[in-house]
Amino acid sequence: MAGSKEIRTKIKSVENTRKITKAMEMVAASKMRKAQERMRAARPYAEKIRNVAAHLSHAHPEYKHPFLVARENVKNVGIVVVTSDKGLCGGLNTNVLRLSLNKMKEWESSGKKVSVSAIGNKGLGFMSRIGGNVRSQVTGLGDAPHMDKLIGPLKVMLDAYVAGEIDALYVSYTRFINTMKQEAVVEQILPLSGERLGAAEGRWDYIYEPDAQVIIDELMVRYVESLIYHAVAENMASEQSARMVAMKAASDNAKNVIGELKLVYNKARQAAITKEISEIVGGAAAV
Amino acid sequence: MAMTIHVDVVSAEKSIYSGLAEIVVAPGVMGELGILPHHSPLITRIKPGPVRLKVPDQAEEEVFFVSGGILEVQPGVVTVLADVAMRGHDIDEAKALEAKAAAEDAMRNKGSEIDYARAQAELAEAVAQIATLEKIKKKTH
Repeated sequence: MAGSKEIRTKIKSVENTRKITKAMEMVAASKMRKAQERMRAARPYAEKIRNVAAHLSHAHPEYKHPFLVARENVKNVGIVVVTSDKGLCGGLNTNVLRLSLNKMKEWESSGKKVSVSAIGNKGLGFMSRIGGNVRSQVTGLGDAPHMDKLIGPLKVMLDAYVAGEIDALYVSYTRFINTMKQEAVVEQILPLSGERLGAAEGRWDYIYEPDAQVIIDELMVRYVESLIYHAVAENMASEQSARMVAMKAASDNAKNVIGELKLVYNKARQAAITKEISEIVGGAAAV
Repeated sequence: MAMTIHVDVVSAEKSIYSGLAEIVVAPGVMGELGILPHHSPLITRIKPGPVRLKVPDQAEEEVFFVSGGILEVQPGVVTVLADVAMRGHDIDEAKALEAKAAAEDAMRNKGSEIDYARAQAELAEAVAQIATLEKIKKKTH
């Protein structure tokens, strides 16, 4: 029975692979639910801070925060590239990196210099491999995004913006549409457009403590941070659902492979039995 | 029933409290603040410390510890935008430097120009791999 042992070993090995992908699928499914909750939990803060920022920019027309002023001559562009730390999540990172790269190429061909802030291992690896100008990075975010980790890399970009080293800031991440659908997007963060900030409901004058400028400065930084935080939270939900789908596909594939191998194995077994019987019959006839 | 004011305590990571309160006490930068209903609009930074709420029909005060943030009073609504992390110029600066140093470390052996051709080839390869896998998957189904 030549080859049947090999086929058996092969079946065993594919079965083990399937067990692993199945487990990863289930882990990703439960992590996805949590990631989605986190994404939703961040919404009230973003909404509130947007509202307050809109109020302040209307109530205080004489002080324009640098984040709100659009620069006429954009020479340097910054982009925050949000990717996952781990792989095995289908085309998620590839799509977002391809989109970012196309944008970067577009900017460079129109004479703008691009610098990058990489959030997530995959983006950092890619950007440093291709020789991009990485200003700041953070990796190893884990399963839950923490503001704590995002403040540093973002501050580098915001400081660069205020200092005039970059004139516009973008973020690229994977937007979570639903479990089956995620979309890579590039969005402009700075300068903040009036549209994004929206109109405030009602108008009143605040009492400022200590003074308006300090409050507006702090608020704007926090607003931008919350935008990035949201992008990261959304990217994580996308990552988990992409991984879930990818692992489901892998499990299904493994199942098919096992089916085919079993067929081959049974055929080989049958052939061996037939051969043996015909040998016995042939032997008996000879006697 | 005592007069109440709507209070939202939110942080970037989650909503901490949303509901009515008779009084909100928060540690403002200029001193502790007690906000009662019909307070005039106010916006202030708050220091790390406890934010206390007197919730109607509840003997115990609700206490949340915040590591700084911004307090906003609108007519009828109080919003506490709590920071999730300890903030401060020095702390933020240290984090920024760390992120920068990490990036510089990673960039040590990079070329001067972005090699778009190579990058695109790399991405195209990955896309092709995914497409192939999908094709294989469709065929076997």
